[in-house]
Amino acid sequence: MTIPEIHIPAILPSVVLAIAGIAIMVADPFLSPARRWLTGWAALAGVVLAGLSVLVLREHFGLSYSNLWTVDEFTVFFHVVFLFIIGMTILSSMDFIVREKLPQGEYYALLLFAGAGMLTMCGSNDLMMIFIGLEILSIATYVLAGFRRTDLKSNESAMKYFLLGSFASAFFLYGTALIFGATGSTNLNTIHTALSGPEIQITLAYLSAALILIALCFKVAVAPFHIWTPDVYEGAPSPVTGFMSVGPKAAGFAVLFRIFLTAFPTLQNRWVDGIWVIAALTMILGNLIAVAQPNIKRMLAYSSIAHAGYVAVAFATSSVPGISAALFYLLAYSAMNLGAFTIITILSRSEDKLVKIADYAGLGTKRPGLAALLSLFLLSLAGVPGTVGFAGKFFIFRSAVESGLVWLTVIGVITTVVSFYYYLSVIVQMYMHAPNEDFSNLGSARSWNIALFIAAVVTLYLGILPSRILEWTASAALGVLR
Amino acid sequence: MMNNLILTIVTFTPALGALLLLFQNRVNIRVLRTIAVTTSLLSFVFSLHLIAQFDSGSPDFQYVINAPWIPSFGISYHMGVDGISLFLVLLTTLLTPLAMLASWSITERTKEYFIFMLLLETGMIGVFCSLDLFLFYVFWEVMLIPMYFLIGIWGGDRRIYSAMKFVLYTMIGGVLMLVGILSLYFLHGNATGTYTFSYTAILNALATGQLILTPTVERLIFLAFFIAFAIKVPLFPFHTWLPDAHVEAPTAGSVLLAGVMLKMGTYGLVRFSLPYFPQMSHLFAPAISMLAIVGIIYGAFVAMVQPDMKKLVAYSSVSHLGFIVLGIFSFTTQGMEGAVYQMLNHGVSTGALFLLVGIIYERRHTRSIAEFGGLAHRMPLFAGVFLIVSLSSIGLPGLNGFVGEFLILLGTFGVSPAHAALAATGVILSAVYMLWMYQRVIWGEITNAKNALLGDMNLREKLMIVPLLILIVWMGMYSGHFLRPMDAAVSRLLHQTDKQNLEFALNPK
Repeated sequence: MTIPEIHIPAILPSVVLAIAGIAIMVADPFLSPARRWLTGWAALAGVVLAGLSVLVLREHFGLSYSNLWTVDEFTVFFHVVFLFIIGMTILSSMDFIVREKLPQGEYYALLLFAGAGMLTMCGSNDLMMIFIGLEILSIATYVLAGFRRTDLKSNESAMKYFLLGSFASAFFLYGTALIFGATGSTNLNTIHTALSGPEIQITLAYLSAALILIALCFKVAVAPFHIWTPDVYEGAPSPVTGFMSVGPKAAGFAVLFRIFLTAFPTLQNRWVDGIWVIAALTMILGNLIAVAQPNIKRMLAYSSIAHAGYVAVAFATSSVPGISAALFYLLAYSAMNLGAFTIITILSRSEDKLVKIADYAGLGTKRPGLAALLSLFLLSLAGVPGTVGFAGKFFIFRSAVESGLVWLTVIGVITTVVSFYYYLSVIVQMYMHAPNEDFSNLGSARSWNIALFIAAVVTLYLGILPSRILEWTASAALGVLR
Repeated sequence: MMNNLILTIVTFTPALGALLLLFQNRVNIRVLRTIAVTTSLLSFVFSLHLIAQFDSGSPDFQYVINAPWIPSFGISYHMGVDGISLFLVLLTTLLTPLAMLASWSITERTKEYFIFMLLLETGMIGVFCSLDLFLFYVFWEVMLIPMYFLIGIWGGDRRIYSAMKFVLYTMIGGVLMLVGILSLYFLHGNATGTYTFSYTAILNALATGQLILTPTVERLIFLAFFIAFAIKVPLFPFHTWLPDAHVEAPTAGSVLLAGVMLKMGTYGLVRFSLPYFPQMSHLFAPAISMLAIVGIIYGAFVAMVQPDMKKLVAYSSVSHLGFIVLGIFSFTTQGMEGAVYQMLNHGVSTGALFLLVGIIYERRHTRSIAEFGGLAHRMPLFAGVFLIVSLSSIGLPGLNGFVGEFLILLGTFGVSPAHAALAATGVILSAVYMLWMYQRVIWGEITNAKNALLGDMNLREKLMIVPLLILIVWMGMYSGHFLRPMDAAVSRLLHQTDKQNLEFALNPK
């Protein structure tokens, strides 16, 4: 056995994030409480630095660390998406943390660790490495969900997420063990080669694929593995909910694509049908239940389930255009959903008190700017042409029709119409009802404005001119579908 | 150069105005109004260029612009107008400023109001100009949102319910059409090797037999398109959203809804359903004609018993739109030209009717027929104008409505005298409900003391109604001015849907 060659440039962004996280944790106790807001900007600087180091990453394509790690266009794309998510979450958290008087240093450190976990997941070429990334992400997120220590709901959220997350991790590990038994390796390429060979215990392989699929379905919250989502999303602090609804979801899909398209393409005839059912069920359940939610965080939790369903439609095609559309959609969803959650954070006031949809009555007259932006994000989530949400859905449905999944597409478009109902009912509250309160005690901080500006620009720009990102996602999809 | 860009300019001038409004102070209502009316008038002036330079002899699309938008998927920014869409664009650019003039009573959230009006105009013009299926779909759906806000914020008591119903109904049809569009796109791509959303490319492939759809597939795609259009028209029994939306919408919303948006459904039938799926159109024509006739008679009867003026006009739209659909599915020159002509007529007459109802609504804040009576004593000018518009809606010879309905009935009679006879009862019934309403509102003595002090139309109201009056007479007396530019496009459309021609194309001897 040889010691693997150290090849730092290939993992630079995650190293940068991890170091930034540790540095913040160490520095935090030495800062006077009045100056702890600096940690937020330091974390942001860490993300920007990691973003710059992605440029280095691009120069080092290929396998490294004894084939544990792979850098391709897919890895690079998800690095950018994850760093975008972390950066946006930091921006929308800064004033929230101050307002809620929560410990700052720990919060940002945890976020950066979660980010490092996600970056690890998308570049891993080995089930064990993926598991490590998954755990780094999950443990940080469990803590973040329960970050409001004195709040019962936040505790409930963390506990539920932890218990079900642990189950999912156990499933994942069990699946890994079985495939190791079947093929003698946990390396994705080796598994693929072994499964293509003649002497293979196919039952074990199926079982392993099923277990891994279920584990990751928990992580991305698709039906019927979505039950935990509403409670967890409702109880977690608002910016953390925003993060959870996009970060772990995107990371989960990234490894789902990586594992199933790299290691299990030979079993494709089996799992594609499963994904079909999961996608249909998720779109139907997510959209229908969202209609009945009076709490905006729960509503967006069900909406996030529904959106995972759309991505699953793209996954069910397992074609280059399909995966490309899925990648585009994950980016699109991150931008618009983080935008929406930033506004929810602003409006929730201290201790997340005001999170009922009815609390938004009359926002359109009192705070036209915020109401207009939230409308933009909600309309984009619904999929109105001209926004990134429409472009994403259109690319997904296009690829689904291309792969002959016409009926799945019909389910998709009809549930989309259902989704219009619940997104529009928020707009109804904001614009068509008289205000119950004056909304004058809202903070309006620079970091929130920056976050909203970025989200709005991405939502509109990619909605109107998606071509360049689309070319990128197509080449990323080619990388993983080789 | 100008000819390439003119459609873009006409379409996006209102959107630019909306952008300009976004940066205005909301307190200054006069400035907001001026900007809104000016930009929509500008768009109208630009659209006059379309008719000035239009080559009436050519059936082809003119002022074409075609630029790649999302090239990897074959999506382009492809626009153009022919004799059919030309007048619909003009109708839109004319009605929007008039509808804005009717919006002086909007004093709350004026800024948003005019922004939505302008965005709506851009969406509506875009639908009529798009020659790329994707672009068409984008405009088709995006236009719903401003209308949703217009009804939902500035509408009547049941505005939220109506706005939601309107959006969901239209959306359901729209998304099914999207699946149809995507299927066509891939079938065309697989058959010819080029993946494109271009309207003309797919049409050519279908017409020349390069792309042959199996009957089941063709039926499904035809229905996907048809349902979207039928909901928009609205064809009986898809019409239930219309009375709600019309009644609750503010005056300007009703004007544009009836005047322009309903035409998108019939325009879609003419532009897509017929030339794309000629066999299926023929196959379903008897059923569709039946629905159209049911709509004509049902709409007229229901209109007759409405106590609310706006609801009456709304149901009369169901009846009138039935005529248009009947004309389209007669597959005759007269029927088709009559249908296109009637689209314009209905836009002008019903637009004017809604404006007039709006005028008395602003004075009395009620639309109930029973509240009025004897208005001729206080508002003689209004009474005269109302009479002309009502007669135009009924189809009095010499006014615009007559030409359209006559041509439709003529065309239908050649194909099926029974259909024509049944439809003709709609003309009679329209006289009943319109004149009866007129009688109850205008004639008689003033029975309600609240009507005793009403003032006649003011300058702004005259300004918004006069252009429509001119059109009502002009289109009635000199129909040739309007029919001639349509001729080439309509005869090409008929050629595309001609039965013998079809059989020849598919089984060449």
